[in-house]
Amino acid sequence: MTDDELIWRISGGSGDGIASTSQNFAKALMRSGLNVFTHRHYPSRIRGGHTYTEVRASSDPVNSRGDGYNFLLALGDSFARNPQEEAVYGNEEIKPLSENLDELREGGVIVYDEGLLDASEIPDFEERAEENDWHVYPLDLRGLARDQGREVMRNTAGVGATCALTGMDLDHVQDLMRDAMPEKILEPNLEILQIAYDQVREEHDVDAPDVSVPTGEHDETQLLMSGSDAISYGAIDEGCRFIAGYPMTPWTEVFTIMTKNLPKLGGISEQVEDEIAAAALAVGASHAGVKAMSGSSGGGFALMSEPLGLAEMTETPVVLVEAMRAGPSTGMPTKPEQSDLEHVLYTSQGDSQRVVLAPGTVEEAYEQSRIAFRLAYEYQIPSILLYDQKLGGEMTNVPKSHFDREPNPTLGKTLSEDALADEPHSADGKFHRFQHDVEDGVSPRSIPGQKGGRFLATGNEHDPTGHIAESPDNRVAQIDRRTQKLEAIRADLDTVDTGSYAGPDDAQYGILTFGSQQGTVEEAVGRLNDAGVSVKSYGVSDMLPFPTEQVEAFVESVDEVLVVEMTASGQFRGLVQKNLGRYGERLSSLLKYNGNPFEPAEIVDGFEAAIIEGDGDASGHQTTFVPAAGD
Amino acid sequence: MSTFSAIGEEREIDRDEYTPGVEPQPTWCPGCGDFSVLKALKQALPEVGRSPEETLLCTGIGCSGKLNSYLDTYGFHTIHGRSLPVARAAKLANPDLEVIAAGGDGDGYGIGGNHFIHTARENHDMTYIVFNNEIFGLTKGQTSPTSPKGHKSKTQPSGSAKEPIKPLSMSLNAGASYVARTAAVNPNQAKEILIEAIEHDGFAHVDFLTQCPTWNKDARQYVPYIDVNESDDYDFDKTDRVEAAEMMRETEESLYEGEVLTGRFYVDEDRPSYGAEKQAIGEMPEEPLAERYWDDDYEWERSHDMFLDKHA
Repeated sequence: MTDDELIWRISGGSGDGIASTSQNFAKALMRSGLNVFTHRHYPSRIRGGHTYTEVRASSDPVNSRGDGYNFLLALGDSFARNPQEEAVYGNEEIKPLSENLDELREGGVIVYDEGLLDASEIPDFEERAEENDWHVYPLDLRGLARDQGREVMRNTAGVGATCALTGMDLDHVQDLMRDAMPEKILEPNLEILQIAYDQVREEHDVDAPDVSVPTGEHDETQLLMSGSDAISYGAIDEGCRFIAGYPMTPWTEVFTIMTKNLPKLGGISEQVEDEIAAAALAVGASHAGVKAMSGSSGGGFALMSEPLGLAEMTETPVVLVEAMRAGPSTGMPTKPEQSDLEHVLYTSQGDSQRVVLAPGTVEEAYEQSRIAFRLAYEYQIPSILLYDQKLGGEMTNVPKSHFDREPNPTLGKTLSEDALADEPHSADGKFHRFQHDVEDGVSPRSIPGQKGGRFLATGNEHDPTGHIAESPDNRVAQIDRRTQKLEAIRADLDTVDTGSYAGPDDAQYGILTFGSQQGTVEEAVGRLNDAGVSVKSYGVSDMLPFPTEQVEAFVESVDEVLVVEMTASGQFRGLVQKNLGRYGERLSSLLKYNGNPFEPAEIVDGFEAAIIEGDGDASGHQTTFVPAAGD
Repeated sequence: MSTFSAIGEEREIDRDEYTPGVEPQPTWCPGCGDFSVLKALKQALPEVGRSPEETLLCTGIGCSGKLNSYLDTYGFHTIHGRSLPVARAAKLANPDLEVIAAGGDGDGYGIGGNHFIHTARENHDMTYIVFNNEIFGLTKGQTSPTSPKGHKSKTQPSGSAKEPIKPLSMSLNAGASYVARTAAVNPNQAKEILIEAIEHDGFAHVDFLTQCPTWNKDARQYVPYIDVNESDDYDFDKTDRVEAAEMMRETEESLYEGEVLTGRFYVDEDRPSYGAEKQAIGEMPEEPLAERYWDDDYEWERSHDMFLDKHA
């Protein structure tokens, strides 16, 4: 835990403007020269229900949420149900204050809207505050906002109070409001911000803040971006101009960003009747010569199984994104989990011929979105980008230069009419679209409308022209060829190296993880090494084809490996063991599946308890240790 | 040479061009109504001037799906019930293609029913031919969505307790702008209807009665048929939605009483196709998207130049 960081948590009800306020505040911190990282927690409701966003800011790089937090702005839930009585949900109005106390660090600050919240309703509030040395500032944010115009602007009042109490200048916040707000609401908001700021400075001694905003400097332009943004921009830069989808949390973010931007690029977005159609449309558009994508989350992706298999069998390039959330079934729609890994790897009948990439950071999300498209089109295979509510929704600063790259709209091995004329055809002029012996298993394709290119695409096993064929020789030749593509893709990915490594090369222990837990694991590795534990980590992104050699080398180089993942059944560890075929006695698991992503301390404590102390239990955390085989 | 030079080429097209040189693995039984759809298509396509390489035929699964084996065009033999979403995306990607979708009654009205409703609703400029034989043929004779109530089969041994789907009415209600029914035993009408359907600018749905001599022996051969547009016994305005609905209802009920009514039931020439609607709201390019990937002069946009500043 570094002292030189602000972890600001704004809490309220869904609909109270928590997301937009926190985003603006995070951006103001970024513009002031700090590195920022956000973490969202929200219920599956339109209005009401306790929600919060954390903004972590530091002059050091931040790639994870922190352990707990040190500044609470509790707005109270203005859309609460049954505010006056105990219902099945409890008294919701008070939750933005009462539910956030457990994670507030010692010495932390609490600002709450006394216009809405009565802290005396919280059992032992004053005693707890005293015990933990919390600095409590009740402010009538609602009244203040009402006086200036509109009650809903009380979040702005809260930001003004935050700035006053942390010693932060209003400049960046004001600039941001000018950029982000329409004229009509800008003036009253600016006023409210200033009044709240002045009032707090007047009434309280803020010259030595209890928690202060650190200072920092960026040497190049930074962007505040989410994983969903990065995936979308990667797709656009790779020439994707068609998306089809059906709304589902949390995949809707990518769908929305693409839908907003595609018309500006002369592209097409289609909202369709269901996810079967969505994936089938992407296949149809790609077949007709357009770079296309679709996607969904758990249950919606389940509906895509059949079109996914069709894309594999017809070798139609397509990119699908799968934004995981806690399952099974409807599960917890707004909570992150990584438990769709096996679903995505194995869904659809027959032997899988697909690519699955799981980016670990916002930068990797952009990068691997592009890689997913490149592989899909070069190798005529579906690529799936697997991420989760955590990576999709959390925002962090990324240098703008990261995105300063050339677009790549190429369709891969697709023939022009001139080139088609030189390719093998059957006696009646049908193009041999699915030739048996071709380099890397990739047989060049034609596009409908081209002269000399006609062929049949079919989900049945087929001969070189695409006609249904079930002869044993043809079957073996075709399936071997399609499978061969995966070997070529593995070799291709080896040259890209999507893995992320942290810690000393010669470390005694290792931590393996995949996807969105990577940043948190890397922070934990840093802290463990600082505490004298020799450990390194490997964040794996290639789920299929799996980087067996690299993972084996990593496991071979250490005494023991802790596999960290957000599943209840250790799916990633299972995948590692399946591919390595041994080392079961060297791999143990640290799992979390309560709906919240890991905090770094949970990994630090979990690692120490499991590997160093050897008794496996990290007390005080909702994580689960599963020992290695034979232990 | 342009990218898609098969499209819009001015030349005489011979119906033999649609016949594969190599006889495909035979699937259809002797006497099957499906042969009539094939024949009618081979006649209609040259007449509307669309060659095999500017035509994309998307089929579903079942005997009807084997149409792709017998009709030599660009083809996409998709999965059960999903020909329409594949087909309509191809049309959006390249509106210059002639896109035809086809499948059976189980494929289109059963497993793919949702896609049928929504594709009709959206009024994509394409033709959808449903081979309606009131039976599941390829899986050997199970009751289908259009089988009459009381139909006995191994999966409905006591006789189906379900009323059959009413495909014409469903199509009209969903939003199809051309709805017709023809029968395998009526080749001239079938050809004419397919020509109209292909030329129609919007979603043209043709319910094609195709007798199954193997699994639906008891069923009629769809004779005698009556063309409701020709017969003096029927008088309705096919451009009037209310009158069309009435005529469809009578047609659907009389089929199960042994009277085969066919013809054009609804034609709306005024409703813009989905592509036109989408272009009108600025969400679809004027030039076919598929062409852009071959345009060496096209300056591909970058997110870096267009979308990133708002994140700064």
